[in-house]
Amino acid sequence: MAFYVVQFLTGLASAASLFLVASGLSIIFGVTRIVNFAHGAFYMIGAYIAFTLTERLSGACGFWGAIVIAAFAVALIGVIVEMVLLRRIYHAPELFQLLATFGLTLMVEDLVVLIWGPDDLVGRRAPGFKGAIDFFGQNIPSYDLFLIVLSPVVLGILWLLFQRTRWGVLVRAATQDRDMVAALGVNQKWLFTSVFAVGVFLAALGGALQIPRDAVHHAMDLRIIVEVFVVVVIGGLGSIVGAFVAAVLVSELNAFGILIFPKISIILVFLVMAVVLIVRPWGLFGKPEAAARKTPGLTVNPWRPLTSNERLAALAALVIAATLPLFAGNYVLTVGSEIAIFVIFAVSLHFLMSVGGLASFGHAAYFGLGAYGVAFLAKIAGLPMIVCLLLGPLLGCMGAAVFGFFAVQLSGVYFAMLTLAFAQIVWSIAFQWVSVTGGDNGILGVWPSSWAASPGHFYWLALGVAALVTVALRAMVFSPFGYALRATRDSPLRSEAVGINAKRIQWTAFVIAGTTAGIGGALFAYLKGSVFPDNLGISLSVDALVMVLLGGVETVSGAVIGAIVYKALNIWLVSQTDLSKLVLGGFIVLIVVVFPKGIVGTLEMLAQRRRKTSPPGSPLLAKPIESVE
Amino acid sequence: MKLTVQDLNSHYGPAHILFDIGFEVGEGEVVALLGRNGAGKSTTFRSIVGLVAQRSGRIMFEGKDVSARPTHEIVRDGLGYVPEERRIFTDLTVEENLEVGRQPKRPNAPHWTREKLFALFPNLGEMKNRPGGRMSGGEQQMLTIARTLMGNPSLVLLDEPSEGLSPKIVEQMVDAILTMKKEGVSIVVSEQNLHFARLISDRAYIIERGRICFGGTMAELDARPDIRDAHLSL
Repeated sequence: MAFYVVQFLTGLASAASLFLVASGLSIIFGVTRIVNFAHGAFYMIGAYIAFTLTERLSGACGFWGAIVIAAFAVALIGVIVEMVLLRRIYHAPELFQLLATFGLTLMVEDLVVLIWGPDDLVGRRAPGFKGAIDFFGQNIPSYDLFLIVLSPVVLGILWLLFQRTRWGVLVRAATQDRDMVAALGVNQKWLFTSVFAVGVFLAALGGALQIPRDAVHHAMDLRIIVEVFVVVVIGGLGSIVGAFVAAVLVSELNAFGILIFPKISIILVFLVMAVVLIVRPWGLFGKPEAAARKTPGLTVNPWRPLTSNERLAALAALVIAATLPLFAGNYVLTVGSEIAIFVIFAVSLHFLMSVGGLASFGHAAYFGLGAYGVAFLAKIAGLPMIVCLLLGPLLGCMGAAVFGFFAVQLSGVYFAMLTLAFAQIVWSIAFQWVSVTGGDNGILGVWPSSWAASPGHFYWLALGVAALVTVALRAMVFSPFGYALRATRDSPLRSEAVGINAKRIQWTAFVIAGTTAGIGGALFAYLKGSVFPDNLGISLSVDALVMVLLGGVETVSGAVIGAIVYKALNIWLVSQTDLSKLVLGGFIVLIVVVFPKGIVGTLEMLAQRRRKTSPPGSPLLAKPIESVE
Repeated sequence: MKLTVQDLNSHYGPAHILFDIGFEVGEGEVVALLGRNGAGKSTTFRSIVGLVAQRSGRIMFEGKDVSARPTHEIVRDGLGYVPEERRIFTDLTVEENLEVGRQPKRPNAPHWTREKLFALFPNLGEMKNRPGGRMSGGEQQMLTIARTLMGNPSLVLLDEPSEGLSPKIVEQMVDAILTMKKEGVSIVVSEQNLHFARLISDRAYIIERGRICFGGTMAELDARPDIRDAHLSL
């Protein structure tokens, strides 16, 4: 019995940091409507700075002072980020905001390694809370008790701040109607900046308070942000009480989940999240949101099928690409195969997010599942390559069917957070369930049959599949299903009103996109000869998003161009620098701020401008679709 | 002149909504902006306070051109705005709604306190702690006006204050507007309801399809039944 009580208290103590970070995220989202992906990064910087300061400053005052100073310092960094970056993208679509803050996260990951090195740092114990308390033979660290008391205290302080101060009243008003607050003479800019500072302060405090419990390392940002997303999805984005309750719930589920499923404890959290989403899609304490801005890009120009000239041009490009094995060496062909595979991956995501308006932040899950599907079939069942390639993607299909069912219940940022959380869950299973997946060591020795073994043959296979997939998805865009999907994207209410079952259409699109990604993953497994948990990791999901964004979210063919350019650049970049995340992150931020339309979108815009001198078509057709709901 | 609007043009995306709107409001005057649904009354107001992004023209408030300034600065200079949709903060109580509107005292404008506003709108005083979302339409209309007055404006743009209200509440509204005028607040009130406008206004402009097509005193308007019938639905 005592053991369970201790386990319960450990869970409560873990909830403290989770609550601090999640409440910060919620507060920022409430006012600015930005889901700050970089919140985990601020948490991590808080921990690193606090580590350095606690090493320098001595004594109890030094320790606690260091914690507070670290939180304030990071809040100041947050203010700079808000003023320099976020102010430019408050009116951008959600997807861009998520990507820009994710780009920041990538940059921070490399920066902390540059500054503090790649090793785990073990911090000082908190003065006055070094010991443990004996509880019927079980030890409870006294620092845990401190954390258990701290979270309700912070909750109380936040409550007073929001209910009893003018600032709090203004923030609550702005959460509901920002423009009206401005129309009453309140300077929104500074309100936003101050809110961001408070949110970042909370995240950094959460990170700083973590150092006596856990080592500081450069991957702690992603771990916390995924848990925080789960917390805010369960608790309801924008609700501080919700963040508190859900943080406790998730931490307890983790604490007891380890006892029930030691290897895959995260399953339990997932099950609870699934139940909450079915019963209350907006979270336990959240409020149902009105249909938010849904279009993925700034404007969506109506698409048209390719003209016959453009078809010939595409065919010519394909033929030219197919001649590559006639003159290129093995390395180039392997790179070419990889690019072709990523074209498959990118067009599948493009189908989901540009055609369907569902920006998934966890699309790699289905890519990786396809890869694992092949690996299981080839290694465990010993099936031949052609069978594996046909059946392997079905694992991606099944994963997409299960997760997609829950994900399409939500939209916008909730959808993005949920898909990310799902992907991370799949990743954790692949990572933790060593007996089946090989864990970190992956599954090795997945080699193609002799007919596809040479790099040239494999390249033709990958290119052929990529071409088929691209043509098939494109044809789908202009099929009745594609029309229905685009209708649900542009106007959920009106499409429902003409009899389209929006959820089912979106679910179908999710499954199609997931299966297609699985096909890419299946080929990828054979290309690399192995499968690792990284094949379904967050960074791969983000790679796909950047490819689509780089090509142009609003175009139909952008994903292909984006995948080719991005993958080629990426392979080159990794060979050139150790700081690829820093460069990549900076690159993402730059695209979002400077070229939100991507390569193909920008070219199209230039072409359109040139065409304007000649007689225009119907002017209304080229205009942005404004959401009227 | 308290407020002078010249050559105001506004667009929503590709649609041109306002065409060379011009009108004036004198110190302490109540001016009605009359017109049918969709004539451009609300867009005119929203353009003046800077809530329409695409606008051009000159907006002189107390002798200063405010047309290029952000909304909150225009409002802080004493130009209050009461939106047609009321836009009460439904999660906030009556008192908190008023708090959002509170601005420092201004030398050239009447100073409003909570007590003074509760005297002007007695209903509000009886529900200080009620959330805005649980008030009737009439109560919300009073609250939105009171909230703007907390900013101590010297001029108020009142967008369709009588819309959707019961006759009894409309009477209270007339009294409140006349009190505001007596205190020295200049008012521009947009209306579809000519009878209501006549009870409170000194002068009127008629707006139709984004253009001003009449301007004059209420007596001058009454002398031109042709204009009244052509542009206003009675």
